[in-house]
Amino acid sequence: MSDRAATPKTASERPPTRRRRSRYEGDVPREHYLNVAYGLKSWLFTIDHKRIAILYLLSITAFFALGGLMAVFIRLELLTPAGDLMTSEIYNRVFTLHGVLMVFFFLIPSIPAVFGNFFLPMMVGAKDMAFPRLNLASWYIYSLGGVFTLAAIVAGGVDTGWTFYTPYSSTYSNSAVALTAIGVFINGFSSIFTGLNFIVTIHKMRAPGMTWMRLPLFVWANYAAALIMILGTPVVAMAIFLVAVERLFGVGIFDPALGGDPILYQHLFWFYSHPAVYIMILPSMGVMSEVIACFSRKRIFGYGFIAASSLAIATVGFLVWGHHMFVSGQSIYASMVFSVLTMLVAVPSAVKVFNWLATLWRGSISFETPMLYAFGFLGLFTVGGLTGLYLGTLATDVHLHDTYFIVAHFHYIMVGGAVMGYLAAVHFWWPKMTGRMYSEWWGRLSAGLLFIGFNLTFFPQFLMGYMGMPRRYHFYPEEWQVLNVLSTAGASILGLGYLIPIIYLTYSLRYGPIAGPNPWRATGLEWTTASPPPQHNFEQTPVVTEEPYDYSKPIVNDLPAPGAGAEPKPSPAAPRS
Amino acid sequence: MNGSQLPPLLPPSASTISGELDLLFAYITAVSLFFTVAIAIGLGVLAFLYRRKAGDPIPKQIHGNTALELVWTGIPVLIVLSFFFWGTDLFFRMRTPPADPLEIFVVGKQWMWKIQHQEGPREINELHMPVGQPVKLTMTSEDVIHSFSVPAFRVKQDVLPGRYTTMWFEATKTGTYHLFCTEYCGTEHAGMMGRIIVMEPNEYQAWLGGGGGESLTAAGERLFSQLGCATCHGDQAGARGPALAGLYGTDVQLGTGGAVTADEAYLRESITEPAAKVVAGYDVIMPTFLGQVSEEGILQLIAYIRSLGTTTEPSEPAATTVEEADSE
Ligand code: HEC
Ligand code: HEM
Ligand SMILES: [Cu+2]
Ligand SMILES: [Cu+2]
Repeated sequence: MSDRAATPKTASERPPTRRRRSRYEGDVPREHYLNVAYGLKSWLFTIDHKRIAILYLLSITAFFALGGLMAVFIRLELLTPAGDLMTSEIYNRVFTLHGVLMVFFFLIPSIPAVFGNFFLPMMVGAKDMAFPRLNLASWYIYSLGGVFTLAAIVAGGVDTGWTFYTPYSSTYSNSAVALTAIGVFINGFSSIFTGLNFIVTIHKMRAPGMTWMRLPLFVWANYAAALIMILGTPVVAMAIFLVAVERLFGVGIFDPALGGDPILYQHLFWFYSHPAVYIMILPSMGVMSEVIACFSRKRIFGYGFIAASSLAIATVGFLVWGHHMFVSGQSIYASMVFSVLTMLVAVPSAVKVFNWLATLWRGSISFETPMLYAFGFLGLFTVGGLTGLYLGTLATDVHLHDTYFIVAHFHYIMVGGAVMGYLAAVHFWWPKMTGRMYSEWWGRLSAGLLFIGFNLTFFPQFLMGYMGMPRRYHFYPEEWQVLNVLSTAGASILGLGYLIPIIYLTYSLRYGPIAGPNPWRATGLEWTTASPPPQHNFEQTPVVTEEPYDYSKPIVNDLPAPGAGAEPKPSPAAPRS
Repeated sequence: MNGSQLPPLLPPSASTISGELDLLFAYITAVSLFFTVAIAIGLGVLAFLYRRKAGDPIPKQIHGNTALELVWTGIPVLIVLSFFFWGTDLFFRMRTPPADPLEIFVVGKQWMWKIQHQEGPREINELHMPVGQPVKLTMTSEDVIHSFSVPAFRVKQDVLPGRYTTMWFEATKTGTYHLFCTEYCGTEHAGMMGRIIVMEPNEYQAWLGGGGGESLTAAGERLFSQLGCATCHGDQAGARGPALAGLYGTDVQLGTGGAVTADEAYLRESITEPAAKVVAGYDVIMPTFLGQVSEEGILQLIAYIRSLGTTTEPSEPAATTVEEADSE
């Protein structure tokens, strides 16, 4: 590349010749990670991080679909104030299953286990994770946890809510709590192993020249998330395990009737589960940095601040769990400290948003599907983060705690933020993972539908919450029906928005145009290799000599994506002044 | 909006703190709206101005700007601190009952609220109270955690098994308001709804009078002799247990050294778990009454023991510290 005579003068210029394009145009058979071996065995015993990522992709999609189905039932039930669609026993099992599947089996693994697994080694220039076998083991552990949870459904379901509050869960619930608890406990280890793999890989496997300050921000974000995974997960795993122990053997830990302390459970649970919300959002934030830089052709603004804010969030995030317990009977002085720390942990998130906006400034922005998802993320995450401040503020939280306001807040963050980021990642890296382009038109349509459907579903819930509607209510006073109907209407649009990508992405696997190695002309080592990548990622170990996100230099493998987006013809006239 | 089909978008505001809480909410909303709109407009404007056009030059690569970073870190810090200070100040007032509140006792159980008034009346899923007078609830649960929530008053407090929590509010308007359980407590959680009925003080007095039943103290006294407490806690010298008259609100010297204030939490523990804190100079001979007397019964016993305190001068109502002490 370096011997190329002139660096390109315009953002949309296509320096490589037509001749190189033809190399990818036909379906030239070439060996890559997908076709090195076929058959079920070659997948189930693979230790290739890319194949493991695909295994995760399939499993989390299945759990997402099941969790989504539960959401359909919830929204249908709440269409009318009376509990007329199902009994309370069933409704409680439905929302519990929804939460457990979405949080533990979809969102926590989502970006790290799929895109972290696939791209983290490639981004640091490595052949694989540090511990490939452990990596495969973590998928099996995840699946085993899933099997236990599914078994719990068959055994009659579980009705404690995803938070498993004691002593309801440990003593009173007549449902398959122990099975589910063991499922979640087992699943925790897959998180711990993934986190461990990430940290060791980032420390030990970086290609020559890949210094810490040259790491893509996606890697930084996953590094921060991995720290939380290994430091926090053991605590929640133990807490939930203790619930099972108290339930099965009557050991008094949380139930006051047995001499235990129910609040202790809440401390243990939130000590992990607050940081866990950052396991969900940090990797999404990493995706934002990649996508926004690429589609505005700009180095990310404030690289160091974005990287540092991830670490700040991961550390301070461990000190704010008590904000879930402001009305639990916790000391008001403890609440005061948790409140001020909560306020402070919100600031690094705001800093990231400002830096992303500043990245757009004087860029050359195009609006392909991943970028639309990124914009969606920015809008929804902003609302989610700001509403967190109402909850971090002591007085207002008293009124809003355990109402639909909370439900709206965390869906704005976890679905509006984290899932939008996940879908941005899917659309950004799909061509790399599969070698094919999906339909841009359908992609943009579903991004739009999701944004509209999401707001229609969850915005009314802020209003319901302020009116006082408690969460986890099977039936409710009539005055809230209008808002609930709006919410259910939005949810149907949202559901459609999730279905469409499943269809066009699957379709693209066979019929999508060949993507070529770098359809978005992005920087980053993963784009310097073929799509789909060869089994060992790179033909030779890459040597890094450049800063990250340097969009001023010629882009390696710079080839237009067939059919992707509007590619303005380079016009020699009128360079913008 | 009232006449039309659309329901109101704000809950009724009917307590001394609800107005200020709404104001604080409005303040945070104003700031949030400002930032949401600013970010949305910023995003729109940037996306429009810098949309890719044919022949765009390669954008100048900008690394960042430390001064700018400090500004957009510093300003949010100041703003969130303003939320924090106002929110904490109001919260402390919401948690500290004024002197001489009307005391009412609440026991939550799957799936109902049982309410006892000092004067005797008991009710289920309904709480009658006077307007313009602070009301303090002392609450506990017979089984799982519940939460007592009155949106019109903007208050909420979890109700825990095995210990007391308290909350207080003062209604400013008569009327009927929702009472919800807001901590998920099992199958009929959504059915644990009730009503708060705020009445003029004279109506409330009339209602109390009509309620009948023996007063809380009288019920406690009856239990006290039924359970045989009096055999050890008689007034005569040389009784096997300490005299309870004048106990409430004083500092009790413990056998292990140290002292503890005799508040509701302490009295409850003395009955359910006598060995936990033993009075100096006495042996652990008192049996536990856990399971032999209901949570309501314990509340009655406490009311009775408190009434004995009137012979000596009771110190400050210790109740304000109950909720602080109970979950450290
Ligand atoms: C067998 C005798 C006995 C019986 C019956 C008994 N107690 Fe006691 N109680 C004691 C003794 C001895 C102590 C002091 C040692 C201690 O703190 O456990 C005590 C302590 C107390 C205290 C703490 C007193 C203080 O000064 O701090 C309270 C309150 C109390 N009992 C209430 C009751 C009630 C209510 C009952 C009936 C339900 C009851 N007791 C039944 C023996 C008894
Ligand atoms: C931006 C800063 C944020 C602040 C200030 C904040 C604040 C809060 C507070 C105070 C609560 C507790 C409210 C209550 O229970 O009364 C809460 C609940 C919650 N938040 Fe956030 N939050 C923030 C970001 C996030 C993120 C990034 C996520 C997830 C990715 C998240 C997910 C949740 C969830 C799941 C709950 C509810 C848990 C439950 O009770 O089921 N929040 N938030
Ligand atoms: Cu939290
Ligand atoms: Cu409840």
